[in-house]
Amino acid sequence: MNQMTGAELIVRLLERQGVRTIAGIPGGAILPLYDALSGSTLIRHVLARHEQGAGFMAQGMARVSGVPEVCFASSGPGATNLVTAIADARLDSIPMVAITGQVPLSMIGTDAFQEVDIYGMTVPITKHNFLVRSVDELLEVIPEAFRIAMSGRPGPVLVDVPKDVQNALVSFADFPPPATPQPLPALDMALIEEAARMIDAAERPVLYLGGGVIHSGAAQLAVTLAEQAGLPTTMTLMALGAMPMDHPLSIGMLGMHAARHTNYVLEEADLLVCVGARFDDRAIGKAAQFCPAAKIVHIDVDPSELHKIKQAHVAINGDVGQALEALLPRVRAQLRKRWLSHVESLKGRFPVQWAEQDDPRSHYGLVRAVAAALDDEAVITTDVGQHQMWVAQAYPFRRPRQWLTSGGLGTMGFGMPAAIGAALAAPQRTVVCFSGDGSFKMNIQELATLAEEWLNVKIVLMNNNSLGLVYQQQNLFYGKRVFASKYRGAPDFVKIAEGFGIPAVDLDTAANPRGTLAQALNTPGPCLIHVSIDREEFVYPMVPPGAANTEMIGG
Amino acid sequence: MIEQVAEPLQQTGFAKVILEIDVNNHPGVMSHICNLFARRAFNVEGILCMPVSDGKRSRIWLLVFEDQRLEQMVRQVEKLQDVLSVRRHGAEHEVFERLEDFFH
Repeated sequence: MNQMTGAELIVRLLERQGVRTIAGIPGGAILPLYDALSGSTLIRHVLARHEQGAGFMAQGMARVSGVPEVCFASSGPGATNLVTAIADARLDSIPMVAITGQVPLSMIGTDAFQEVDIYGMTVPITKHNFLVRSVDELLEVIPEAFRIAMSGRPGPVLVDVPKDVQNALVSFADFPPPATPQPLPALDMALIEEAARMIDAAERPVLYLGGGVIHSGAAQLAVTLAEQAGLPTTMTLMALGAMPMDHPLSIGMLGMHAARHTNYVLEEADLLVCVGARFDDRAIGKAAQFCPAAKIVHIDVDPSELHKIKQAHVAINGDVGQALEALLPRVRAQLRKRWLSHVESLKGRFPVQWAEQDDPRSHYGLVRAVAAALDDEAVITTDVGQHQMWVAQAYPFRRPRQWLTSGGLGTMGFGMPAAIGAALAAPQRTVVCFSGDGSFKMNIQELATLAEEWLNVKIVLMNNNSLGLVYQQQNLFYGKRVFASKYRGAPDFVKIAEGFGIPAVDLDTAANPRGTLAQALNTPGPCLIHVSIDREEFVYPMVPPGAANTEMIGG
Repeated sequence: MIEQVAEPLQQTGFAKVILEIDVNNHPGVMSHICNLFARRAFNVEGILCMPVSDGKRSRIWLLVFEDQRLEQMVRQVEKLQDVLSVRRHGAEHEVFERLEDFFH
């Protein structure tokens, strides 16, 4: 018979689940759990400086490892500070288990000190959530939280544990087994056959890969299908790396900031094979005018994504890896010379704008200089804004899980804590966080965590002293009425980094910026690399919000 | 219960549909389900919930208007962890009719 407190039980269950690193911040209502955690010899705790940072560290770990990772926060403001990171995980389907302390059961609902209804608040932003009302429930709830987070389409789960439940004693015979994923839905083979027939019969097919391909570990299968059936392949922001950017069949990222030729190829497609993507508005523009000539095959593990935005002609509910595996022997090998040479000619007529830029102090030049100094083993994170799109466009991603970005929620402040998480999960890799000055300031306090952990994280700060994408939109779509998007003050980021104990270099004043950059990237440990970027450099091409993808400005 | 939502979409002319939803019975299940409908301004005309059998489960009856989004809404409801099954009935189902006596 085992006997222990609820807090000790949670720690044992996390250990048994294979959790080895937890990011969090303690506070009154979660102190019993922290007390129990201090006795763990298996789990390392990383003390964040803001709970949102802890949430994004857990996300960074999960985006690299592919398994649910854990963050802790106390009740009240600790829990509400996690909300953005949880919502972000939900929109990008990231497996995560957030455990929050709560005021004691008898005080719930009395406006007790640091009480909020975090259960109620996270109903719409979690895959599922729990408020644990008795210590025995923990035996079921903790494995269940992991099972839900990792099964099917992954997502965040919140477990709110009142302080007295953490302190209560529980007796039980055996530990529950660690959670494993639920069985995947069975494929409808008739639909697979139908999809294969449509791919064989199509004259101008396009393969459209989404983040589901990364989550399911199906990137190699997707590339094999593209090669076998001669399918030009586009990727969403979340899928970058699924097919190497320089693969001959890759036509790059689609949507609002796609290369012109990518959106033109999609315009002409007669069949769209959508794998693990969800027809997001930034990817497809005006839904009614997206791929107007195409029939649609849609494969997704989440049945509620099928027919949500676009009615599919063949909708297959299932794991994308299993579906691709079933499709491969049924799809005819084709060279598709005519269609592929047409795609090539579109690439030639509408070339990308970033290939020729060499100056490492220009926006695209910097992205490419960073890539040139690293190999494919590096992990790249970004914040949100112009720098994110420049990296998405110009960085030569070549493997799944190389690229971590806040896609669905678009959270400024994601980049650095996610990079810390990535470095915790993969300490042998170099992790580069591209950031902008607007985003960087939103979780800048995590520099303290970074210095403390001394991880191999390089922050490449593209500084135009403005909220660049807002400035861009005001210039393009609001009659140049620039408002609240330019900063009047200009912090010295090099000094700030050094103040936190992080080495910093400034490419603005470097005699040999390329050499300085390469040296900074290849020196172990953290570093901030500062570069000033011209505020008048915009992200092009750009599809105006709400317009069709063919109505691109610039580029 | 969804007063916080601005304007329900125009739903006149659509047929009524009754959803019979079996769920795990614990506090919070109703908010998971009702949140989904409220978020998309999906007008829930009637709602009824009682525990069944040993009290471990509940049955929720929802009276909603058929519209083009209903099928996707049902798929989202089916995705919820505490939802065990969803059955659709036409407006001829008598569950809400019998209740009407209490609303006059």
